[in-house]
Amino acid sequence: MQTILKGRAFKFGDDISTDLIIAGKYAHLRSNLPELAKHVMEDANPDFIKQVHQGDFIVGGSNFGLGSSREHAPLVIKMAGVSAVLAKSFARIFFRNAINQGLPALICNTDKINQGDQLEVNLEEGVIINISKDEKYTFTKIPAVMLSILNDGGLIPYINKHGDFKI
Amino acid sequence: MGKTLSEKILSAKSGLDVKAGEIIISPVDLVFVQDTTGPLTVRQFKAGRNQTLANPARSAIFIDHSSPSPNRALSNDHLFLRQFAAETGCLLFDTGNGVCHQLVAEKLANPGEVVVGADSHTVTAGGLCAFATGMGSSDIAVAWSLGKTWLRVPEAFSIRVTGMFSRGVGAKDLILHLIGMIGADGATYKALEFCGDTIDRMPMTQRLTIANMAVEAGAKVGLFPSDKITQEYLKRQGRRDKYKPLQPDTDAIYERTIDIDASKLEPTVAKPHTVDNTSLANNLKDVRINQAFIGTCTNGRLEDIAEAAAILKGKKVSEGVRLLVCPASRSIMLQANRAGYTNVIIEAGGLILPPGCAACLGLHQGVLGDGEVCISTANRNFKGRMGNPEGLIYLASTATAAASAITGHITDPREVL
Ligand code: SF4
Repeated sequence: MQTILKGRAFKFGDDISTDLIIAGKYAHLRSNLPELAKHVMEDANPDFIKQVHQGDFIVGGSNFGLGSSREHAPLVIKMAGVSAVLAKSFARIFFRNAINQGLPALICNTDKINQGDQLEVNLEEGVIINISKDEKYTFTKIPAVMLSILNDGGLIPYINKHGDFKI
Repeated sequence: MGKTLSEKILSAKSGLDVKAGEIIISPVDLVFVQDTTGPLTVRQFKAGRNQTLANPARSAIFIDHSSPSPNRALSNDHLFLRQFAAETGCLLFDTGNGVCHQLVAEKLANPGEVVVGADSHTVTAGGLCAFATGMGSSDIAVAWSLGKTWLRVPEAFSIRVTGMFSRGVGAKDLILHLIGMIGADGATYKALEFCGDTIDRMPMTQRLTIANMAVEAGAKVGLFPSDKITQEYLKRQGRRDKYKPLQPDTDAIYERTIDIDASKLEPTVAKPHTVDNTSLANNLKDVRINQAFIGTCTNGRLEDIAEAAAILKGKKVSEGVRLLVCPASRSIMLQANRAGYTNVIIEAGGLILPPGCAACLGLHQGVLGDGEVCISTANRNFKGRMGNPEGLIYLASTATAAASAITGHITDPREVL
């Protein structure tokens, strides 16, 4: 997978639930992913889908992705072109789902990142450069097992490649 | 060194002497999906190289979230799931059977087992001392095909509850109180393990309510010991042979111990839009309600319906309030009918919904209008949860919801008992 990611920050607050990422009321679109993806982050920021570009970042506060186990949440974030989600902390299931979908979920202090900041993330070195502010942050290392899943592009490609868990 | 319940269960399962923090591969005893996570799971499964279920008899599909289906797309998802069940021989619990977690408790989960489901409230089976946790579709697809999963053995919090609940106060108030105290991410990645004399006496129905909401504090699992109450429950459900006693070691190492005096608890409510935004029911008298919803995998059990009926008997639901009551399973509905509870609720002006998730996740059967307020016995009050980001959801016990339905505003149930 690409190790240098570049894009703008879309800032969100604490406790962004999977209902805010992709509302349960759109369950009827879950077998029609392109349509479902049009509603990503809708109840948190209705303009998000109009403004997001390939490579951009979602930047949350603490407990990002709490709530349901719907893997559609990281899936539609990825489909919208987002290259990684940055947050102070992630809810457990979302974190695992994001990695399983090949979407980097990076734990770092996001306080200094503002809406619209231009960011560059180096996945290998574990650093985030805030180009707009000329600042550098580090993110917490992803656990080894999850890193290999991420590097293979997600859990299904990982299992298809190795035939089993390699821990 | 002693072991927590989580360490005991996962050591026995993995065949290793495991400690908190270790990453292990564990066999899984039960792997399930529901109708909103199932279709993606099946597609991920079909994207895999190995397309046979490791254990069809312990793989299950529940059609409960949008059931009966409110529209064509979801009906087609149901068709897709039924076809997969027919092809693979996995268990299928179709429309009308009830909510997955209730059925898992009634029919499938046992002490000491590892249970994974594509639904965050899979933790409910922790009430039966199963290491039960929710995962996403890819993880569940792999668990279906390999019969195992990877897990990090969680550090545990010991939640020690002592004393008697006062009248009108119970398990739901306890778990709302705990989440209000530690926060919606207060136990992220951790196990909550419950103990104390209140827990030793606590009936299974209330244990399931508490375990169900462990995930609302971020926890991976909410575990109760396997004891006489577990044994009794399994016996009643026809699984006497599945009982095995399980307790944490007395010298187990807990990351944190939290003491709660049950006798000091009062009816507690979580205000919009997070579960940790708690307050006492007594302080929310000014909140007028449009809908009261009693049901779900948290509080849709027979004891809940009985409690609602006892409060509503001979009374009327307040004008302008819709009271929706949904038994969590077919067997609960049958028993509630036989005992006359459903008649009492209907006579009071309430409405009985078919067993399933009903209004809980905003797909059908009770979507809120703009600015409407619902008092609900469910486990989540996130913005948009009941189908409308302009709706306001307050979470409470069955007693508080039933009392509020009568008065038309949020009411401490002790006022009507
Ligand atoms: S009742 Fe609600 S919380 Fe429980 S499984 Fe159904 S949708 Fe989820």
